[in-house]
Amino acid sequence: MTISSLSNEELVYQLKSQGLCFQTGPFVIKLLSSFSDVAEGIASLYADYPLASASDFIDFHIAITSPKNWRRWYRPQVEFYFDQYKPFRPLPADQAFAMFEWSSNWCVANHMHQYLILHAAVLERDGNVVIMPGSPGAGKSTLCAALSTRGWRLLSDELTLVNRKDITVTPLPRPVSLKNASIDIIKNYASDCVIGPIATDTTKGTVAHMKPSAESVQRAQEIAKPKWVVFPKYMPNSEALLTPLDKASSFMRVAENSFNYSVLHQHGFETLAGLMDCCDCYDFTYSRLDDAVAIFNNLKPPVE
Amino acid sequence: MIDQPRLLVAHAISYPHKLLGLQLDEWDLLVRQARVSNLLARIGYLLAQSDLLEQVPEAPQRHLQAAMLVAEKQKLAIEWEIQCIQEAIAHTGLPVVLLKGAAYVANDLPPSMGRLFSDVDILVPKADINRAEQALKLHGWVSSKLDAYDQRYYRKWMHELPPLRHMERQTVIDVHHTILPESGRLRPDPQKMLSNIQAVANQPNVFTLDAYDMILHNAAHLFHEGEFHHGLRDLVDFDSLIRHFCHLQDFWLLLLRRAQQQQLIGPLFYAARYAHKLLRTPMPDSFIESLTGQQNSIHTAVMDFLFMRALLPDHRSCDIWGVGFARWALYVRSHYLRMPLYLLIPHLLRKSIRGRLELDDRVTP
Repeated sequence: MTISSLSNEELVYQLKSQGLCFQTGPFVIKLLSSFSDVAEGIASLYADYPLASASDFIDFHIAITSPKNWRRWYRPQVEFYFDQYKPFRPLPADQAFAMFEWSSNWCVANHMHQYLILHAAVLERDGNVVIMPGSPGAGKSTLCAALSTRGWRLLSDELTLVNRKDITVTPLPRPVSLKNASIDIIKNYASDCVIGPIATDTTKGTVAHMKPSAESVQRAQEIAKPKWVVFPKYMPNSEALLTPLDKASSFMRVAENSFNYSVLHQHGFETLAGLMDCCDCYDFTYSRLDDAVAIFNNLKPPVE
Repeated sequence: MIDQPRLLVAHAISYPHKLLGLQLDEWDLLVRQARVSNLLARIGYLLAQSDLLEQVPEAPQRHLQAAMLVAEKQKLAIEWEIQCIQEAIAHTGLPVVLLKGAAYVANDLPPSMGRLFSDVDILVPKADINRAEQALKLHGWVSSKLDAYDQRYYRKWMHELPPLRHMERQTVIDVHHTILPESGRLRPDPQKMLSNIQAVANQPNVFTLDAYDMILHNAAHLFHEGEFHHGLRDLVDFDSLIRHFCHLQDFWLLLLRRAQQQQLIGPLFYAARYAHKLLRTPMPDSFIESLTGQQNSIHTAVMDFLFMRALLPDHRSCDIWGVGFARWALYVRSHYLRMPLYLLIPHLLRKSIRGRLELDDRVTP
């Protein structure tokens, strides 16, 4: 049973009353919210996600609610609860769906230390995984969205979960976060893509999320082996260019892009060293998405 | 097992083997309650110690494992911090006397396993406290942002300096010159504690209180504290210390005697009473009786009502009638114990007004 099997009324009712339980990658989320934007975002972007039962173990109890004060009515705000705890300041109410996306990422990044968690987009093709760490604005999400509409399976656009034992990547497919100009670029690039509620004036500018392919959600339990680490950088009017990187400096750059490298201390070092052993590393600059996709399709996995 | 959901965490600590009978939705509740009580990693550790962790269903197990990794990392960080403090203070010739969590780590005592730490506490003779503060400031610790009122309040009435934060590592150290506020009703003698300190093996110039003072400090801290976020965790420390040290020769007699010398019979009575009620801490009847004999039974009944509520996890599923009142009453009590009314009333007024004006320190996502 997936979320699409619920009627709109059933979905809204569950979100408002006992909470909607669903599976995203290896985690079960229970989401409680009375915001119509949240219901709309879930209905349009999470249609293919499996429903979970309230009698299961819930990894993250999330509520996206109105503050219990006058900001419920005057210039309304939205708050995120992790169980009973409010780690963030409220945001303007029209950012309710983005608040859900950000806060569920926060839940994973702060609690799931059985993985080395990288701030990186990650995709798979023919069993080979490419990891794209990137600072904000480097164009990693745009490139990730583009690749995911051209035959690459989306594993995650924000959180790469590296298993510590066997250096595989566990998928956490979720809607791809697009910012500002990227929203229209991707709409033009993949005219049949589905875009959820748009939040304007966030700290990151205008933000919207693109629905992941049904296939990537259905295959969320299939782990895969990482083969490449690519640091993408969008440069206006540049030719697509892939430059090999040495492993030592790549190691440091990936560590900087990790949420829990220091929490894992020795385990973090060992996992990251293992990851570097099985990957070729590149810097990548691009301006046109078609060129970028062509280069990614030609990547050869390292010889074992 | 879940006939009383509010006692789930306490039962998990006392009977970890019984956890294997939990249903998934009960695990769900346990993980949430344990997380707000800062005891998730502790429960994971107790399960691992009995070789049961691998048998926990995968979903809750990974939350336990993750919390244990955080605790493990914090333990390493505390070990490193102790080293840094020792080096900073070395040239003054003062001993570094560790208290609470840092002392458990330095001596590798059972309560350090699966414990989370927020800061390091040390004890320094009052006459030397300025020297200790100077030495730390020379090595990168700075007084955390407190206004002139706070600085004066701490220095005049409290038992410690305002917390010092290291500029680079952002770690916090509390420098105490005694274990309870100077303005308070109970005045244990820090000199006596310092005369009984024990050297930490392989760490020159690092010491901890001896077993009895360590236990009494834990009890005094717990039952003078106004906020109970860590109440159950501190009681778990007490339970763990008792279980560890009770095999010492004449332990119970010496503990009573030390409590008497230090005017800490009251806090020891409460710690023992609630550890026994909530965590089934093993204690001989004669020990309990000699503590109970000195208490007024009506007073004890009132305290039972308050503490048996305030010591529950601060989670919605543990809200029984009177929990909010109990936490509030104990908050007021802690201040009453800390200072006479003529100091207390202006202080609380000031805090409540400033509390309303203070800005939200949470971040935007």
